[in-house]
Amino acid sequence: MGVLTEVDLSALWVSVRLATMTVVVLLIVGTPLAWWLAHTKSRLRPIVEAAVALPIVLPPTVLGFYILVALGPYGPLGRLANVSLAFTFTGLVIASVFYSMPFVIQPLQNAFETAGKAPLEAAWSLRASHWDAFLTVISPIALRGYISAIVLGFAHTMGEFGVVLMVGGSIPGQTRVLSTTIFEHVEALEYAQAHAISACMLIFSFLVLLAVFIVNRRFPIHVS
Amino acid sequence: MSRLLAHFDVRFPTFHLNADIDVPLSGLTAIFGPSGSGKTTLLRCLAGLERASTGFMQFGAHVWQDEKIGLCLPLYKRPVGYVFQEPRLFPHYDVRSNLLYGYKRVPPQERRIAVEQVVDILGIDHLLERRIHKLSGGEQQRVAIGRALLTSPELLLLDEPLASLDIQRKQELLPFIHRLHKHLHIPVLYVSHALTEILQLADRVILLKEGHVVGVGVLNEILTSLQFRGSFGSHRVGAVLDACVTSHDPRYGLTQLEFMGQSLFVPLQPSAVGQTVRVHILSNDVSLVVGRTNSPTSVLNILEATIVEVREINQSSVDVLLDIGTPLVASITKRSLVTLGLKPGQQVFAHIKAVALNEELME
Repeated sequence: MGVLTEVDLSALWVSVRLATMTVVVLLIVGTPLAWWLAHTKSRLRPIVEAAVALPIVLPPTVLGFYILVALGPYGPLGRLANVSLAFTFTGLVIASVFYSMPFVIQPLQNAFETAGKAPLEAAWSLRASHWDAFLTVISPIALRGYISAIVLGFAHTMGEFGVVLMVGGSIPGQTRVLSTTIFEHVEALEYAQAHAISACMLIFSFLVLLAVFIVNRRFPIHVS
Repeated sequence: MSRLLAHFDVRFPTFHLNADIDVPLSGLTAIFGPSGSGKTTLLRCLAGLERASTGFMQFGAHVWQDEKIGLCLPLYKRPVGYVFQEPRLFPHYDVRSNLLYGYKRVPPQERRIAVEQVVDILGIDHLLERRIHKLSGGEQQRVAIGRALLTSPELLLLDEPLASLDIQRKQELLPFIHRLHKHLHIPVLYVSHALTEILQLADRVILLKEGHVVGVGVLNEILTSLQFRGSFGSHRVGAVLDACVTSHDPRYGLTQLEFMGQSLFVPLQPSAVGQTVRVHILSNDVSLVVGRTNSPTSVLNILEATIVEVREINQSSVDVLLDIGTPLVASITKRSLVTLGLKPGQQVFAHIKAVALNEELME
């Protein structure tokens, strides 16, 4: 990796860790939320849907600003943690969870809506409890939704820039991720390094998406 | 005999179901009514899939639902098999895994129905390794029935399992439904708006109209009750009776049946002597004779009958409710009624043309 320095590689590691943790957290939090959105008749639904979709249209700096305030020593999250989370890796994960939320929730919600309640009722009628039915029937039927959610959530977190800069700064080894590294290199006129990282990200993103499309085509899920 | 007791009062934005049910837990009870009368909703209430604000349900000695104390056993804790209108098979499993999905979730000591038995009754042996999307609609529905049976249910709920199939597939599946409740002795509640299915399969019928139960009883009593005749779509629906095969006469292509000591001829049946055959007698196919005529007649079936009730149908015709050990209806002209001077209580002879319904049903 001739051109890449140790700082670049550590940024790659931070990015991968950040994206992985964000996706894991979002799958855990997002599954019940997406399920609720897919099936609720509550009047709150459009409000929650709008809130979830907000990061798509909001300038990342706005989102980043409010999360920064919330994470700070006097913000609600900072107080909860009893320490300022701003400019820490944990803070970055929290920010990314909000930032990437629509990219995980929406595919899951779509998948649950498509699956509908019919297979669930069938599973109940075959003695499967709610958990059992979800794990053995709904999850496999919603598998494509999960793959999309994981890939989009991961890729989107890898690519985030504005929020990361606002909330994390760009502390090497802690909160400096690939996207901010590219920015730093460009600022320092180190075009060769910026180019190397950018090209890697471009190829990586393309390959991941390609893999998803091939998997979907090769193993289509037949819904009767 | 244990019974199913239920009372539901559920209001939906455009629909109100208010049903009171008390039926014995045996044989096949049809829930019959026009589209939109609440049949599926009633079945879903019985399964615990819809919760009624006012709801009570008792299965034999067990109370499954009592909203007064907030009790409603979830479906997965009820020993109920449910077959939906669509097969709802799991697309990510093959046929065998679909069949075994519920089977594996029933404790071994509670399994009363074996996999081979179900595969045999439903004739799905050759399908076991198939993927779901490679099955026809009829095959899918058979697997769905098999999957439900393999939970060894104590009550089977079938929601128009034939509705999504074409006529040929329907005819293919009817014998299976008939066989399964005869062979496995599971009480069945069967939702349908198809009169032919009811005539062939049902022992009892629950009549629904606009969310209300308007009649419950033995099929033939409800069919012939002059009160409910409009409910079946046709005023000539007549009566059904179950008769026993006594002999076959291949020379003339006839099978002789016995019903309450009287003899009935129908076209040759494949059923063995001693088996039961369901016979359908349209009210237009019954004519009445006062006193036994000595002159020869081409009519084969002449049954002794007592007139129970006479009801006017329109300007020219009347329905005469007869008792031949079971109710029977004759549609005759008003002119004949007056000419013969027919009155309730009178003894007459009914000349009938009988049609066996389930030639292919009872092999």
